[in-house]
Amino acid sequence: MFHWLEKNPFFFAVAVFVVIAFAGLVEILPNFAQASRPIVGAKPYSTLELTGRLVYIKNNCNGCHSQLIRPFKSETDRYGSYSKSGEYAYDRPFLWGSKRTGPDLMRVGNYRTTDWHENHMRDPEEVVPGSIMPKYPWLFKNIADVDTAYAEQLTIKQLFAVPYNKPLPTADGSTQTVALADSLDGAHASALEEAKVVVADMKDQAVKDAVAAGKIPEIVALIAYLNRLK
Amino acid sequence: MENRPLEYDYTVAKLFMYNAIFVGVAGMLAGVVLAWQMAFPQFNYILGMDLAEYTNFGRLRAIHTDSVIYGFVLSAVWSAWYYIGQRVLKVSMAESKFLMFIGKAHFWIYMAASVVIVIGLQLGITSSKEYSEFEWPIDLGIVVVWVLWGISIFGLIGIRREKTLYISIWYFIATFLAVAMLHIFNNAEMPTFIISGGIGNWYHSVSLYAGTNDALVQWWFGHNAVAFVLTTPIVAMSYYFLPKESGQAVYSYKMSLLGFWGLMFVYIWAGGHHLLFSTVPDWMQTMGSVFSVVLILPSWGSAINMMLTMKGEWQQVAASPLIKFMVMATTFYMFSTLEGPIQAIKSVNALAHFTDWIIGHVHDGALGWVGFMVIGALFHMAPRMFKREIYSKSLMNTQFWIQTLGVILYFTSMWIAGITQGMMWRAYDEFGNLAYSFIDSVVALHPYYIIRAVGGTLYLIGMFMFAYNMYKTMTSSRVVEENELQNATPMGA
Repeated sequence: MFHWLEKNPFFFAVAVFVVIAFAGLVEILPNFAQASRPIVGAKPYSTLELTGRLVYIKNNCNGCHSQLIRPFKSETDRYGSYSKSGEYAYDRPFLWGSKRTGPDLMRVGNYRTTDWHENHMRDPEEVVPGSIMPKYPWLFKNIADVDTAYAEQLTIKQLFAVPYNKPLPTADGSTQTVALADSLDGAHASALEEAKVVVADMKDQAVKDAVAAGKIPEIVALIAYLNRLK
Repeated sequence: MENRPLEYDYTVAKLFMYNAIFVGVAGMLAGVVLAWQMAFPQFNYILGMDLAEYTNFGRLRAIHTDSVIYGFVLSAVWSAWYYIGQRVLKVSMAESKFLMFIGKAHFWIYMAASVVIVIGLQLGITSSKEYSEFEWPIDLGIVVVWVLWGISIFGLIGIRREKTLYISIWYFIATFLAVAMLHIFNNAEMPTFIISGGIGNWYHSVSLYAGTNDALVQWWFGHNAVAFVLTTPIVAMSYYFLPKESGQAVYSYKMSLLGFWGLMFVYIWAGGHHLLFSTVPDWMQTMGSVFSVVLILPSWGSAINMMLTMKGEWQQVAASPLIKFMVMATTFYMFSTLEGPIQAIKSVNALAHFTDWIIGHVHDGALGWVGFMVIGALFHMAPRMFKREIYSKSLMNTQFWIQTLGVILYFTSMWIAGITQGMMWRAYDEFGNLAYSFIDSVVALHPYYIIRAVGGTLYLIGMFMFAYNMYKTMTSSRVVEENELQNATPMGA
């Protein structure tokens, strides 16, 4: 049979394809519907949080920081309770990372503050002596791209029925709603409201002035995202 | 007329060879900068604080990985395809104007896409998925490049004189099919600009999959991109170049069969080993682990087949630096394909995952196996394409030893670093508290990061020697006759 295949390129290619496609069918497909169901308490990202998530991706934070707490005592003691599949239901893309040059950030919002992040992004060594993380001064200057985040929100609402503007269950039995504006101007306004909450705890005058003038520096969006990781 | 030997046309093979050498040096230079950045963070601001946004670790990392994998290795693979394809199918590119046009289009569109990719990554345009960071316009460009290569493969096969496909061709076909499948499924992404009706960046997209599913597809891709870009085409090279250079027949046809079909079936399953102890279902993790161990069989099947091809001719290893590169590559292949399964065992992975041990594993495979085989292949092809002998044998020898030392420093330091990290993260003191804060583990790695950077720098120095040797070989070394190019490659002092 092998000799025959080696003289018939078409059937050879078909045979190879069947053999390599097999594992994908068996391994990947069965899990799809099940794994994407959100856990109670999970909620979609707000406009500013998603803007910050794009800043996180743009700077490849996931290259050095994981967002996956494995079910070991040494990990749950260090980072908080282990990760559940349903917690990631609104993560597109997933940001688990593959390397911990720095610590895990899955629940960083539980134990770091706006103030801490501001100082740390400006000069990590000063906050954590011995740190090899670079300084991120440009985050304080660049203006965050709210438009693209809003476009992404509209896209996932439309294509994947992500429940914006809908009451979602929480662990204590109450409900919560993540609002999505119905226009780009509305999205900017709501992102700015969120940004004002963040900058209230920040020191950098230039950043405060920018937000007062209606602009959102990348650092503000990023901190909004990091604060929500819980 | 019938008995006249074919004149093979290496126009396209040469183009890809130039690019492989150039990107090899550039991509590894980026890697060396990254290594020094981890030892001394000041290197993040190497071009000043104002440009740090573009030179910091986060931005450079993807440029390093993508340029080495898809620039250096893929160019070398395609150079080898446009060389080996003609020879084993017994047909010349010069016989078909169409295939020549396709080959050139393949090269130039690939080059255009590469330039856009590097600029984009520098600007922070990324989908975040490792080794698949490109946004949708680039992903479409990659499809075009891939289809052109497919036309080239099946076009050349279509007009072949030798009816039986040689082993190397099997591996090229597998590479083509598997990467096509992986690329399309992993990059199923929705352009937000179009769907939202013209808001935001036009190139931005959002993944079709969420959370755990996204991770599953990504590592099904990520693992098998390693399989089908960094393994199968390299095996294709070793099955052609090692027998040619040594003048020995491939040891066993049956082992070739086992190696090929075994690898095809088993490799894809093993992707789950990147997700052990994550939120993907337990049975998938176990499958990933089990198949990773099974993977030793086909990997070692091919490697042992290569080693036994040298049976009775081991003196060639001492005599020829080119054979040294190829045999050392196979040795590292065996080494790396044993190390990988060990890391995929759940209890080992609990320690190794997220640490530098993984980085060490990647690099003993990439530098030792892939890098050395590619260097060997390019050294073998250049004299036959340019009808000149290798410029300097002693330079090649020096390069070999410098780079071997570099690889050894790299993976040994990363082993120690990774295991140190893993042990520190899980250590408890006598009161039941975590013994170390995270930063303790960072500080402890400092010496190993320096050793690794030195190892990488040595390998890079070897790449410069390689580039110089190749440049001289192409332009000014002694012209040789066809009959000098039968087996062992002619080399100047």
